[in-house]
Amino acid sequence: MSEGAKQLESLIGRGYAQGFVTEIDSDTVAPGLDEDVVRLISRKKREPAFLTEWRLKALRHWLTMKEPHWAHVRFPPIDYQAISYYSAPRSRKDGPKSLAEVDPKLLETYEKLGVPLHERARLAGVAVDAVFDSVSVATTFKERLAAAGVVFLPFSEAVRTHPELIEQYLGSVVPYTDNFFATLNSAVFSDGSFVYVPQGVRCPMELSTYFRINALNTGQFERTLIIADAGSHVSYLEGCSAPQRDENQLHAAVVELIALDDAHIKYSTVQNWYPGDAQGVGGIYNFVTKRGECRGRNAHISWTQVETGSAITWKYPSCVLRGAGSRGEFYSVATVNNHQQADTGTKMIHIGRDTRSTIISKGISAGHGQNTYRGLVKMLPSAHGARNFTQCDSLLMGGQCGAHTFPYVEAKNPTATVEHEASTSKISDDQLFYCLARGICAEDAVNLIVSGFCKSVFKELPMEFAVEAQKLLAVSLEGAVG
Amino acid sequence: MTRAATPMLAIRDLVVTVDGKQILNGLTLEVAAGEVHAIMGPNGSGKSTLAHVLAGRPGYEVTAGSVSYQGRDLLALAPEERARAGVFLGFQYPVEIPGVNNVYLLKAALNAVRKARGLPEVDAFDFLGLVREKMQVMQIDESFLSRGVNEGFSGGEKKRNEILQMLVLEPRLAVLDETDSGLDIDALKIVAAGVNSLRSPERSCLVVTHYQRLLEYVVPDVVHVLVRGRIARSGDRTLAIELERRGYDWVSGEAA
Ligand SMILES: Nc1ncnc2c1ncn2[C@@H]1O[C@H](COP(=O)(O)OP(=O)(O)OP(=O)(O)O)[C@@H](O)[C@H]1O
Ligand SMILES: [Mg+2]
Repeated sequence: MSEGAKQLESLIGRGYAQGFVTEIDSDTVAPGLDEDVVRLISRKKREPAFLTEWRLKALRHWLTMKEPHWAHVRFPPIDYQAISYYSAPRSRKDGPKSLAEVDPKLLETYEKLGVPLHERARLAGVAVDAVFDSVSVATTFKERLAAAGVVFLPFSEAVRTHPELIEQYLGSVVPYTDNFFATLNSAVFSDGSFVYVPQGVRCPMELSTYFRINALNTGQFERTLIIADAGSHVSYLEGCSAPQRDENQLHAAVVELIALDDAHIKYSTVQNWYPGDAQGVGGIYNFVTKRGECRGRNAHISWTQVETGSAITWKYPSCVLRGAGSRGEFYSVATVNNHQQADTGTKMIHIGRDTRSTIISKGISAGHGQNTYRGLVKMLPSAHGARNFTQCDSLLMGGQCGAHTFPYVEAKNPTATVEHEASTSKISDDQLFYCLARGICAEDAVNLIVSGFCKSVFKELPMEFAVEAQKLLAVSLEGAVG
Repeated sequence: MTRAATPMLAIRDLVVTVDGKQILNGLTLEVAAGEVHAIMGPNGSGKSTLAHVLAGRPGYEVTAGSVSYQGRDLLALAPEERARAGVFLGFQYPVEIPGVNNVYLLKAALNAVRKARGLPEVDAFDFLGLVREKMQVMQIDESFLSRGVNEGFSGGEKKRNEILQMLVLEPRLAVLDETDSGLDIDALKIVAAGVNSLRSPERSCLVVTHYQRLLEYVVPDVVHVLVRGRIARSGDRTLAIELERRGYDWVSGEAA
């Protein structure tokens, strides 16, 4: 092994700053899953009957399904009966009506995480919905959003205030039969965010949800539904973290986006779930289904993700391009270090004519990490003149990690074009030494090179998020070079 | 001529091995502050090896001898510490780092050097002013700032970029490895002007070159001929002229 490679090997040992536990009195349902648990969750949330039924149908379907293992990840069998499907900080009755009612300990938690919930705080201009274990604890900026007609609520609240929208759209992009984890989520989802942007409205601020797993042995199953009505525009940010524990914890979320005529949804994620320690003990299993549908003409959905955390990531934010002229985009940076595994990518399903999609995937592997890009570009017979451009780049650090690329293409329309570019590179000893010889230390050099590698994705992120993402990336690659 | 008490660089009996092969065989060389020394010598004689050892490149094993820089043990410092202490290596083959902006690297480098000197980070505005000024000296187009480090640069452009970095970082000891190779005559003059602009009583320069031509513009105080890992002969600038006329055989023969 060369000197540089040795250096690359030795820079492993990350600090996960969000790994603390909040001591808070929680209402946690005993582990196990059956119809009674599903009914209990639904009852706790005082849900309308249609939703209880929908959950039960999902559960019954789920019981017939098998855990999928086609992804390029390995994990021991999960005991689904050992997981608690509901945990909520115990609070006065139904949860807080305003920030003043939120438990100060929770506010402190979010403060520590750098997500101050106080509306006058630094993040002014970003409305935050904070989900702590299974429930949403605070949604800020409600009034300003309401004035614009934008609905931004915890899912459980929206179920009561806007049941007709939920009944119409829930499961319309990701049906409850979709896949093992999405089906499980449909049965037991606890909370999440709901967004509705009315016709022609440009949402006056960035919307954001911060997910936090706190309780032990609980799964987090949140559900996010965003509907952008004709001609509207919304940018939504999602962040997450979890305490540092030796047990693996399951996170199986579902996100559904619906963009009608000329609407634009921009969905950005910075995923920083606890990745496990350097030996691969603990960490979050992040099995997530995210899909958006451009239902109207010239609709536009754009996914941007920076994945630095989780022991295992299994996630394919996708776009169904139904409306003529609609556009789907996927910009991704996925990092694995130590023993992390990521199998991530996207699906672009072109149905409408002249639909366009762009896929930019940047995979970074260090330590013993395994990074897989898996993507599907599907051109249906109706997709006249549809176009896709895909670019997959992998960056390897050290000799023990892996990068894998599985681009699938199904083109059933001869006028559709699919373009694919891929590259794999290493941070070479020469590049590293060049930086050292300019006074830049190895860690900074790696960050410089990695940032350069990710530039085309970072520039898609809203400003303050891009800065955070850059910092997270630096932390997650700490120890990858020395 | 009175020499400063501590030389800028003092190399004594340096023996260096690369991949088990001994390349430098007891090299001794001293450069006083304010001096420019040229190092010439046939291909494969160890010039780049010397330059890399001075910059601290991993993989070069020093098996005997010492190198002191301003009185400090240079070999005890990590490569980035050497750079921060004022040692600059102009690479014979500058590497490309795609995606990393030239200007980012330059700023990171300058800040690293400033930090080591106890100075605050450079203000973005001042930095741009400084870089623009130096780019003018080097006649480098502004568009190069936003390009990837050396990405797609021509050979001559890479060399000019090295000197630009040197001008911004203002090192105490610059080791320029064949910065003149591959330059057209105008570029050569520009590079020479860049090097000369840094000449001062508290700076020194070691220029590795094959051509007397560069030395017409950057006039050296001393010329050394490196043969088989050792200084075979040293002299004043006329030595370079003589070498050009008589070739290396003349020196190697003498050394053998
Ligand atoms: N990794 C290595 N393994 C074995 N030999 C090496 C290695 N690196 C360099 N050498 C040898 O060391 C000798 C000196 O190389 P060096 O690059 O220092 O020469 P140079 O004087 O700079 O030559 P040039 O004028 O061609 O640039 C050469 O014979 C070269 O082949
Ligand atoms: Mg050389």
